[in-house]
Amino acid sequence: MVTELVKSENSYQAAFRSVRPTLAWLELVRNSAMDRFEQLGFPSVKEEDWKYTNLATLAKEEFVPVTSGSTDVREVEGYPETAETHLVVVDGFLREDLSTKTGLGDVVAIDLFSAAEDARYNKIVRKYLARNAGYHNNGLTALNTAFLQSGVFLWIPKNVKLERPMQITFVADAGANFPRLLVVAEENSSATLIESFVSSHSGKYFTNAVAEIVVKDGAQLEHYRVQRESNNSYHVSTTSAELGRSSRYDTTSINLGAQLSRHDVSVVMDHEGAETAVDGLYMVGSDQHSDTHSVIDHKQPHCTSHQLYKGILDGNGRAVFNGKVFVREGAQKTDAQQTNKNLLLSDKARVDTKPQLEIYADDVKCAHGAAVGQIDPEELFYLEARGIGPELGRSLLTYGFAEEVIGKIKIDSIRTQLDEFVLRQLHTGIVLAAD
Amino acid sequence: MLEIKNLRAGIEGREILKGINLTINKGEIHAIMGPNGSGKSTLAKVLAGHPQYEVTGGEIIYEGRNLLEMAPDERAREGVFMAFQYPIEVPGVSNAQFLRLAYNEKRKHLGEEELDPLEFKDLLKERAKVVEMDASFMTRSVNEGFSGGEKKRNEILQMAVLEPKLAVLDETDSGLDIDALRVVANGVNQLFTPENAIIVVTHYQRLLNYIVPHFVHVLADGLIAREGGKELALELEAKGYDWIRTVDKGAGAPAN
Repeated sequence: MVTELVKSENSYQAAFRSVRPTLAWLELVRNSAMDRFEQLGFPSVKEEDWKYTNLATLAKEEFVPVTSGSTDVREVEGYPETAETHLVVVDGFLREDLSTKTGLGDVVAIDLFSAAEDARYNKIVRKYLARNAGYHNNGLTALNTAFLQSGVFLWIPKNVKLERPMQITFVADAGANFPRLLVVAEENSSATLIESFVSSHSGKYFTNAVAEIVVKDGAQLEHYRVQRESNNSYHVSTTSAELGRSSRYDTTSINLGAQLSRHDVSVVMDHEGAETAVDGLYMVGSDQHSDTHSVIDHKQPHCTSHQLYKGILDGNGRAVFNGKVFVREGAQKTDAQQTNKNLLLSDKARVDTKPQLEIYADDVKCAHGAAVGQIDPEELFYLEARGIGPELGRSLLTYGFAEEVIGKIKIDSIRTQLDEFVLRQLHTGIVLAAD
Repeated sequence: MLEIKNLRAGIEGREILKGINLTINKGEIHAIMGPNGSGKSTLAKVLAGHPQYEVTGGEIIYEGRNLLEMAPDERAREGVFMAFQYPIEVPGVSNAQFLRLAYNEKRKHLGEEELDPLEFKDLLKERAKVVEMDASFMTRSVNEGFSGGEKKRNEILQMAVLEPKLAVLDETDSGLDIDALRVVANGVNQLFTPENAIIVVTHYQRLLNYIVPHFVHVLADGLIAREGGKELALELEAKGYDWIRTVDKGAGAPAN
């Protein structure tokens, strides 16, 4: 692998040494991750997976990692639905003072480090931490792992069904921050989790987030991810999930913010009968770059994966979608559908899309497709013929395009928030009431 | 209300309408008939302002204004409505959202106050009765997954909401079974008043049993070949269109 080697000591190495040492096994993980980062460095455009996303400027910025959880933040708003189930993480550190856990019931949501030290959870943490999001081949995951200092451990015990959604808001303030999340949904549990990435300002910083998700046999997890970072920031993140037998994991990733964002999402189905929906929407405006790489891995028979990613690009915005679906040998009766659709609102916008299916089984139902298009003039004329002017018509059609993803979201206030965002981006005064 | 004078129009450089003259007053229903390729649908699309159709000569005066100088959306807000032969699907936008937006754009244009979603819901519920449409259609995306008949009913629902002065129904009967045809025709009849006018573009006489026209104009090769009352439609039904082509051009043809 060709990478840009980290030569002289950089801001990350300097900060690494200032992190307070903790449990011996965690120190080993952190040290080995730092070694790996020093060898790999930031990914380079010479690597196939980074061909269209250049991190050279990010590497040069030398952001200073935040190594204490004392950033001055007073209050962080969540969705009304999560008023009693809202965790706040500032610069990667879980902030109990800003979090509300009264509605969590039997669900455990604590600092990842405390969990590692807690006799009740340390085995689970040790088993699953850095398991699905490995750091051996990925410099960014290695860097996140090297700066494991806090983060969130979310444990949904066996048979526990939490009706109300939970939310984790990751607030970025300055420098480099490394949010880390480990979710373990035990057998036959069910829950809904919203991850929100926000900033208190519109400045420049670097978020490098990793979420590892374990959905055990018969468990169900609905997972929303709303990225609204500052438009001057860098946001790279990894979401890695493993699914148990007859489990269900539905995830929707909304990418709206950041100057440069990259999301690697992977779902591994190594047990029969698992189902997943991996959906997403990216809206990219001028001077924004959004990259999604997804891997859906069917290793066992009778698993289902449906993927719908849509992109709206304006100005000179750029987006990348790379979706790999593997159907391994023996993974018969796999049902895998993958679609990526892009709407270009400007001649200067550009998208590189590459859906890939690799099938090594013969009794499967698989389909994939990608589309890049502009507003359809016949649709626009239909609206005009009803008195809706061309500008408003284009907005309405764009809104409709996004709605295929937004409309499926089951949390009302996320839908409302996204509808408002989409319409605001389109510079229209229209208000569309949900009906 | 509408005066079409020596209208010539076509698409992609091919002339389809070769000099149409037609006058329509309020309180009148006109049927435009003719064989395939005679220019019926072209006339409808030119009235609505479809961008692919080019007007090469003549004029259209609507309510004293030059219609051809008005953008399609302005025509619509001024009361011109075309029911599409092939209604377009608008994914992700519900029928109710779409109709309220269109309705309020017209209200704004006319200097009237816009309706909020709740007020509009009541209005929509009332108007939906005209085409016997179920409330479930209002929350579904515009025309998406609708059957052919449902799409046509939806067109008439839009007409019911927007209350046009001049409605042009472009082959609204095509693809309809007899029950759906009756519902659609019944809806149109309820919406017809002494203050508006309706142009029914159709290939077949069938629809005219339900929407009875005051005048029938038969197009052939881009010209009005024959004009008459509702009995002309029956005559066509009996004799077919070949007969029109062989007789002298009727009174509607321009003097050459």
